[in-house]
Amino acid sequence: MFLDSDLLMSALRALTPILLAALGGAICERAGVFNIGLEGMMLMGCFTSVATSWFTGSAWLGVLAAALAAAAYSLILAVGAVTLRGDAVVLGVAMNLLAVGLTGFLLRTVFGVQGTFDDPSLAGLPLAGGFTPLTYLSWAAVAVATVMLSRHVWGLRLRGVGEAPDAAATLGVSPAGYKYGAILLSGVLCGLAGAQLALGNVTLFTENMTAGRGWIAVVAVMLGRAAPIGVLLAALLFGLAEAAGFRLQGLGLPQQATDAAPYVVTLGALFLTTARRRRRTRPTGAAS
Amino acid sequence: MNPSLERTSPSLERTRGALRSPITFSVLAGLLIGALFLLGSGANPVTAYEAVLTGSLGADGIGSTLSTGTSVLGMALALAIPLRAGLINLGGDGQMVLGGITAAVTGLYAPLPAPLTVVIALLAGMAAGASYAALAALCENHLGVPLLVSSLLLSYPAVSLASYLARYPLKEPGSSLPQTRAMPDGVALPAFGDSTVTVGLILIVLAAAAYWFADRRTAFGYEIRMTGLNARFSAYAGVERRGLTLKLMSVSGALAGLVGAIGVLSFPYRFVDGSLTAPGYTWTGLTAALLATAAPIGTVISSFFFAVLQVGGLAMERTTEVPRELTQVLQAIVIVFLAARLRFPGRRLDRRKEAV
Repeated sequence: MFLDSDLLMSALRALTPILLAALGGAICERAGVFNIGLEGMMLMGCFTSVATSWFTGSAWLGVLAAALAAAAYSLILAVGAVTLRGDAVVLGVAMNLLAVGLTGFLLRTVFGVQGTFDDPSLAGLPLAGGFTPLTYLSWAAVAVATVMLSRHVWGLRLRGVGEAPDAAATLGVSPAGYKYGAILLSGVLCGLAGAQLALGNVTLFTENMTAGRGWIAVVAVMLGRAAPIGVLLAALLFGLAEAAGFRLQGLGLPQQATDAAPYVVTLGALFLTTARRRRRTRPTGAAS
Repeated sequence: MNPSLERTSPSLERTRGALRSPITFSVLAGLLIGALFLLGSGANPVTAYEAVLTGSLGADGIGSTLSTGTSVLGMALALAIPLRAGLINLGGDGQMVLGGITAAVTGLYAPLPAPLTVVIALLAGMAAGASYAALAALCENHLGVPLLVSSLLLSYPAVSLASYLARYPLKEPGSSLPQTRAMPDGVALPAFGDSTVTVGLILIVLAAAAYWFADRRTAFGYEIRMTGLNARFSAYAGVERRGLTLKLMSVSGALAGLVGAIGVLSFPYRFVDGSLTAPGYTWTGLTAALLATAAPIGTVISSFFFAVLQVGGLAMERTTEVPRELTQVLQAIVIVFLAARLRFPGRRLDRRKEAV
């Protein structure tokens, strides 16, 4: 049997980091900030969680530290793009680059190793029902984000800031404040995503271990049209592709093919949805 | 009045302007923060920076700097050319690696005299890179997937494919390394003396010169710059957006493919899995192109600067025991500062909105 509960379980495990990061990206998107620094923020979370967990012996402190560190890191985007009105895309690319260099640098100065830090005494996250608590938290976050964005005044104002910043400012809502909030929240979520990746899915740190998952999260935001439920479905697609890849690898497919599978599937899904959306909007959207 | 005197004042103005420019500020800020990192890890920043310079520009390092510089400048040009029109190509790794593996296959199997094989391998590498980059452009033009995302996501399967080819069908028999067989005798770019610097450097410098010429002297170059400055105006003036994207991406991919082909046709004269992507030429190239705001001469200067950093980083690691990853941190900090102060107008964020 190819499609069984094991496959679903491993898909759900694989999708957790993507989902957390993509929720952060979706909130930024709604506030009118294009955040492609998700990958870098996640990577900072990975390293901080492993380092803190190793020094304190507590995976929970690792999770907390990862959320704080990634939020602090996200301030680069907040200050650069919101206060200084810099280019968010260039900043995001630079932040991804900086995170690779910084975590590689710290890995060697703090642990004196290159490539991978892997220690049997490193505390990982506990499992409950096959998942880490962060997985359950990510599902809860989808529900909370849905309600916040569609019902709560905070969410409505956030969307107002994203869609019509001038109108929001006229009504006394501070666009900069909401954008800062959204970016910091995305930092926290990416930090949790990193902690899940480094202390949940595995228990180690490897250089550049996010390996494009932050970018997949960016695509998930696009696929899901920045709606939490949509983002969940998009992340599920990636999780299934990754889990199916592992399964096929067991059946003799070369690792390179399965490595590429999630990216190809994501790209394919992006083609299908944007093409359909375009056809539907062509008469009015032809001006592009 | 002496006309030459009159001319000195604008050039003085220009020097002053350059000193005040965000670029100078970013580089100085990057070096300063790097110095803090060095102090933090217990090294003397002066000794460390001195080691970077002597290690990269001294007799032992200059060859390495020039061969690294070949790849960095090649990738910087590949990214600068679309960037000039406000387009970001993030798929450099995939395009470069496909160019490399195509050149390797051509070099190994083309039944032609060696010198001709070299030429064909270079052209095949460029064609492979160009068509793959064109694919990303088509994704944006016809499927509405932003170039930034389509080029990057396409990169992963390309890298995986090349890795598969080097590990299985093309693998050197009996070797434990994931690499193809060595190129046949004579299928190599001529090197200067016994250095690792090859004629590839000249090819890339020629490409830079061609970019400078096109940018300054041709109508096409003007269209590109105009699109970068104001996409809406250039569309109004009759520049066809989709065609321009396709052309620029093809040129960009061809250059990335050329870098890959040069890598395979230089020492160690084969395709080694990961050897093209591991040094991060694509990201260093992007950083260099961003630092120079994609201007041709600036791109050459900033590429050289980053090649010095990258090669000098190794010397710094030997002298001060500070990890060479610091140079990557430096690069990124420079761009963070720059991005916060500089804007690329016309980088059509409105298109992105449509895709979301």
